[in-house]
Amino acid sequence: MKAFTYERVNLPVDAAVKAARISNSKFIAGGTNLLDLMKLQVETPGHLIDINDLGLDKIEPTTDGGLRIGALVRNTDLAAHDIVRRKYGVLSRALLAGASGQLRNQATTAGNLLQRTRCPYFYDTNLPCNKREPGTGCAALGGYSRNHAIVGVSDQCIATHPSDMAVAMRVLDATIETVRSNGSTRSIPIAELHRLPGNTPQIEHTLEKGELITAVTLPPPVGGIHIYRKVRDRASYAFALVSVAAIIQRDGSGRVALGGVAHKPWRVEEAERALPKGAKAVSAKLLANARTTHDNAFKVSLVERTLASVINEAKA
Amino acid sequence: MAEFDPNRRKFIRNTAASSGAIAVAKIATEAEARSVIQPSQTTEPSKVNVLLKVNGSEHQLLVDSRTTLLDALRERLHLTGTKKGCDQGQCGACTVIVDGRRIASCLTLAVMQEGHDITTIEGLGTPNNLHPMQAAFIKHDGYQCGFCTPGQICSAVAMLDEIKAGIPSHVTEDLTHPIEMSTIEFRERMSGNLCRCGAYSNIQEAITEVAGVSR
Repeated sequence: MKAFTYERVNLPVDAAVKAARISNSKFIAGGTNLLDLMKLQVETPGHLIDINDLGLDKIEPTTDGGLRIGALVRNTDLAAHDIVRRKYGVLSRALLAGASGQLRNQATTAGNLLQRTRCPYFYDTNLPCNKREPGTGCAALGGYSRNHAIVGVSDQCIATHPSDMAVAMRVLDATIETVRSNGSTRSIPIAELHRLPGNTPQIEHTLEKGELITAVTLPPPVGGIHIYRKVRDRASYAFALVSVAAIIQRDGSGRVALGGVAHKPWRVEEAERALPKGAKAVSAKLLANARTTHDNAFKVSLVERTLASVINEAKA
Repeated sequence: MAEFDPNRRKFIRNTAASSGAIAVAKIATEAEARSVIQPSQTTEPSKVNVLLKVNGSEHQLLVDSRTTLLDALRERLHLTGTKKGCDQGQCGACTVIVDGRRIASCLTLAVMQEGHDITTIEGLGTPNNLHPMQAAFIKHDGYQCGFCTPGQICSAVAMLDEIKAGIPSHVTEDLTHPIEMSTIEFRERMSGNLCRCGAYSNIQEAITEVAGVSR
């Protein structure tokens, strides 16, 4: 790990001001992803701003009947929250399908959203990676790419976003609340938080320098049957090959988003109109512009079959 | 760290290694002063003062900011029961209980744990006064080499508390119903603790006995 200075802050806006002013600084909350990457010197911040004292650890109903989740709410607490379990079941299920008991106790809501890819070539500093070192190339493209993205990819990067939670939040139409270093706040629809890799895979989200996520807001519950189905190489504690977050209504309409297939949670609203027609039709629209490698081409049929299983479960 | 005289640094470090409360208090002030004027990039190690509460005892330490809780426990407090397996949060050997919750001590910094209540395997029980989970691991032979055992035991103790607190898991069938103690729940919830000897079945028997579940 490279040396760094460390401080704790008490006010969100102070955190944003410091992060904007101090070059090469990073926020740290749970630390489960950042410290791992710092040990490997994939991340080398010169200064850490510990935001655990900001008091952003509450879950509160909003006036319009939705739910406001503080940025520092631990994954365990969010998954176990009574309203989340009853009204936003897909979110509980997604959280519980991720990581281990230990990590869910540490990891935060905002940190989960902003976690980095688990692409092994991003982690290996001996190999080229456009995300880690722009311009060096992508070792995954000609490498072992079984876990990599099949939609929204570019010639520069085929990494996936590893979060389960974010996929559920995408299907729930969550909004990200932030504070910026000038004190202003803004709300970002989750669809606009994460970016596709394009020619700048090192830029993963639309937040500004120093901008701090303070909360994630969920709109009022939409009812329906909530399912999160994760397909992975082990029964527990593994990242998704493919995952499906779904909210299916009695009439067969609904929403779906995919994990494990793209640089961001993957949702195509137009594809959802095909839900009454079945998994094949939805999958065809979701993966219309898929670009697979020899290793990950299986994900196309895996998406369709997982969707079929989810639709069947919702009907049962 | 340009504004910081290296000779003064060295003096502080030496003083801290061999001194009492007064020197420690002085260092705390230094650390505070430094936290106001931060350089953007440091190449020298940065020392931070931290008060750790471990197994009911308080320890004032001056640590390199990079020190993980795991390394502080093992290298500074010599509580070597907590093991370093992967150092990446994947194996669970470093599991300790902080404020009643199990965490991977390799993925948190010592300085982040000031003010928290840390319990390690040494704090759960002693050879003459074993925690029921420790006794059950011995009875059911829940280990072979023993390296993962402290993490398994800390994890298992906190895991049962999680079920009692009503925290659901991936295998909980109905999120709106109370959670039952069952071997299916235990297995899923212990997936963050690997045992390369493969003592899983005996570990499960130990946990099952402590939980009071009939198999």
